[in-house]
Amino acid sequence: MVIMANGVEPSRKRWTYLDNFLNKPGPTTDPNWVPGEVTINGLETSKVLVIGAGGLGCEILKNLALSGFKDIHEADTIDVSNLNRQFLFREADVGKSKAECAAAFVEKRVKGVKITPYNGKIQDKDEDYYLQFQMIVCGLDSIEARRWINATLVGMVDMENPESLKPLIDGGTEGFKGQARVILPSMSSCIECQLDLHAPRAAVPLCTLATIPRQPAHCIEWAHIIAWEEHRKGEVLDTDDPEHITWLYQKASARAQEFNIPGVTYSMTQGVVKNIIPAIASTNAIIAASCCNEAFKIATGCNPWLNNYIQYSGDEGIFTYTFEMEQKEDCPVCGNLARNLTVDPNMTLQDFIDSLGDRAEAQLKKPTLRSEEKSLYSQFPASLREQTAPNLSKKLSELVVNGEEIAVSDPAFAISFKYKLIFSS
Amino acid sequence: MVERTTTPPPLQGPTAKEKKYDRQLRLWAASGQQALEDSKVLLLNSGPGVVGVEALKNLLLPGVGNFTIVDEAEVSEKDLGVNFFLEEESLGNSRAEETCKYLQELNPEVTGNAIKKSTEAFVEIPSILDHYTLIILIGPTKDSNVLEKISRYAQDHSIPLFYVHSVGFYSHFSVQLPDQFPVVDTHPDPATTQDLRLLNPWPELLIFMREKVGNLIFQSDHEHGHVPWLLLLLHYLNVWKATRRDGKPPKDYAEKKEFIAQVAEGARTNNPEGGEENFDEAKANVLKSLNPPSISNGLREVFDSEDCQNPTKDSANFWIIANAIHKFHTKNKGLLPLPGTLPDMKAQSSDYIKLQNIYKAKARSDIAEITSTIRQTEETLNRNPPIEEKEIEAFCKGAQYVKLIRGRPLRIAKSTEPIDWTDRAQALSQELETSKMLGQESLLPIYFAFLALDRHHDELSLLHQSRTNDPHPIKSLIPGARDISGATLPLPNFVESAHFYTPAVDVDKDPKPWPRFDTPEAQVTFENVVKEIERADGAELHNISALTGGMVAQEVIKVLTKQYVPVDNTCVFDGVASRAGVFNI
Ligand SMILES: [Zn+2]
Repeated sequence: MVIMANGVEPSRKRWTYLDNFLNKPGPTTDPNWVPGEVTINGLETSKVLVIGAGGLGCEILKNLALSGFKDIHEADTIDVSNLNRQFLFREADVGKSKAECAAAFVEKRVKGVKITPYNGKIQDKDEDYYLQFQMIVCGLDSIEARRWINATLVGMVDMENPESLKPLIDGGTEGFKGQARVILPSMSSCIECQLDLHAPRAAVPLCTLATIPRQPAHCIEWAHIIAWEEHRKGEVLDTDDPEHITWLYQKASARAQEFNIPGVTYSMTQGVVKNIIPAIASTNAIIAASCCNEAFKIATGCNPWLNNYIQYSGDEGIFTYTFEMEQKEDCPVCGNLARNLTVDPNMTLQDFIDSLGDRAEAQLKKPTLRSEEKSLYSQFPASLREQTAPNLSKKLSELVVNGEEIAVSDPAFAISFKYKLIFSS
Repeated sequence: MVERTTTPPPLQGPTAKEKKYDRQLRLWAASGQQALEDSKVLLLNSGPGVVGVEALKNLLLPGVGNFTIVDEAEVSEKDLGVNFFLEEESLGNSRAEETCKYLQELNPEVTGNAIKKSTEAFVEIPSILDHYTLIILIGPTKDSNVLEKISRYAQDHSIPLFYVHSVGFYSHFSVQLPDQFPVVDTHPDPATTQDLRLLNPWPELLIFMREKVGNLIFQSDHEHGHVPWLLLLLHYLNVWKATRRDGKPPKDYAEKKEFIAQVAEGARTNNPEGGEENFDEAKANVLKSLNPPSISNGLREVFDSEDCQNPTKDSANFWIIANAIHKFHTKNKGLLPLPGTLPDMKAQSSDYIKLQNIYKAKARSDIAEITSTIRQTEETLNRNPPIEEKEIEAFCKGAQYVKLIRGRPLRIAKSTEPIDWTDRAQALSQELETSKMLGQESLLPIYFAFLALDRHHDELSLLHQSRTNDPHPIKSLIPGARDISGATLPLPNFVESAHFYTPAVDVDKDPKPWPRFDTPEAQVTFENVVKEIERADGAELHNISALTGGMVAQEVIKVLTKQYVPVDNTCVFDGVASRAGVFNI
């Protein structure tokens, strides 16, 4: 055991509490663990990337800085801003770059930590950028960005080079509930394996919106999807523009009145249109701290870390469920098996593509499809799209044989799914 | 009475406050927000002092109106490595004042006060606690008498008290609520809350059903595919009952399966979709919607209590309403007032709205019946002023999910006597056993270790008092401070004095041996917990305190808003295993 000469060095005095855990093992620490300087150096030289500067991201920055990490990078994404959960900003900061404000704030409070903000899309960075980090901590609202970083990290794993494996720690919240998970890309269940846990709410059929609305939300969706196109065609809807929301609200109210549907409010209009997920500071605190506790244990080895999922629920008492999520062999990102999919051979390719959008595990936006033989439908480039577009109205049985494997990819997620199509009789 | 939306659209959007708090208002609405803003939270801080400050952060951000920090410490360098609400310039100053200053920056609408005093000195005259809506007390307290004094005062004056520990990878908090803490607005999961009363339809509903389903076979495909599923079920229920000798609806799983098959036969399949969505919905709802009325355990407990059966002039409104609902329940053979909400379903707009209005009207008539019982009770008991309609309405809507939490006093570990576990021994033993069965170790030992820690501090404080003239002052009041002569670490001994010996249990009647901490494996678990706590040497880890501060804040919000269901009554978090445990202590 490394014991520092004459007690604690003056420069580390502020880390007195933390050092109690870095200078001596506990009963559950790995017996091969080396306490002291080696561990402390390891922690201080670990480069961590934090993605998301929203409510969770701010908490994560604060927690990592006070866990002894010294080199923290953070990437902001487009995120709903809301001052009450984002305590690293002051009202005077509104309008400035969120990542920069947060970085400056934490650097001022926690002396010696360096926080490097990056303003831009995480998708614009390549593997070399991600290779420099020891781990990535994610606190994002957006499922797309999560799937992208997950697929990128899995894709980076090179079995010859252990350094290429970057643990991904991910947290998310909704209301009084949330979850934190530790992902060892390619070795344990990944975000894509778990996608069906986070299935989006089923969309209301268009014909309900158009002809038989029953709920206030139906009227709002009608204003959002149909009325806007009709009256303000070509104008981009900006959900942060109060004039736009007010317009939608008024259209929705008029429609609701026509059908005698009570309950359309401005706040509900905003909630439906922006797909607002209720969020509170305390849940963010729980989930962010849970993520950072795992990051700290991984970086220092001072105690075993989460394997690999904790669910927190606080609306009825407190309930946590900690368990190991299984890796899926047919995961399109980290597995290598094709998934069986039973289809009606008389279905058109267009209908098949539409049905992929509804599947919980896929949730694709602009899929491109290839069979073993040929391109079935391609979104890009335009020439190929024109060439393959006639396939859309063909029946599946005209394009593939029973049992054939097809690959479905979507550039938005850096993913490719493999499906084995089984014809229903 | 038909509800109509005649509200003209507003000319401006939401207020600045609504914008700022938008995401949380979607959870607890304006009423919850008002309750937070009217609250005054007291933090009695000590030790490294992080967990309480983190809890406050999560309360100030959503707008708790006022907070006070009592803390005798001065900011030292090690505070800077663990507390986010301090800066270099804070060194040497009062920690109460510095943390208060930086916390207040979070929300200009909140007012904060700082008092540089020890908890002991602050509560010398306990009536000072009357100024606060809720107390967060950070353990370990130095002296069990102080803890007892605060706990008792809070209990007697119905002030919710949170007692919190955060040491190293472990944390704990206990919530001491008033003797009776009813929650009406529990926000149950919408998927589980439908009471549509299909087995007890009322005339208006049946008339509408006949109107829509009477000529089912002659309907156009469009009409047929748009009959609301619950009307379909009512219709097929009548068909079913007519063919049964007992005239009863399907009662068990097998009969319900059979019934589903009958409903399925009614669907038209010779259309392009090969089926009908409304029929699919009807089939999917059979198991859920055709159950005889029953009431939740929570409500049963409310009905069974003396306060509900014999309310007095001074009873809380809750009991007067509960009493009226109980009478309604008895009179209507097990029915509760209809909540009046209708899930979305495939239907024509006008049919759906009509159905919605039938449900709303019935709910209103149930509320009227209950209100009239309440008015009678009020008159008999000579109570004034009358209970507000909206309070009655809220109770009627959520009656099935009402929760009554009975606050229990904190368990206080004293150096002079063991804790008497007689009344909880059975439940806690059960907890140990269940955990073992589920293959997950119980986190109860962590709670016991924190009690042991308290007891250790109490011992030290006694020792301190007896040695006031000692030339060597006691430097540290944390476990592992082995340099204190004469005070060996007492944790393992504590187990022996506090374990579940249960003199009140008749071993002959209940031959099952009580699981105890003196079994070899339990002893190992417990010793490991103690070792991890010793490793901390009194330190807080920022992550664990931030996490615990989040949990405490969630619970505080639930208690202050009287919405959602607060934890009853003790929670432990294990940051090594990354899980929490909840016990009723
Ligand atoms: Zn995977």
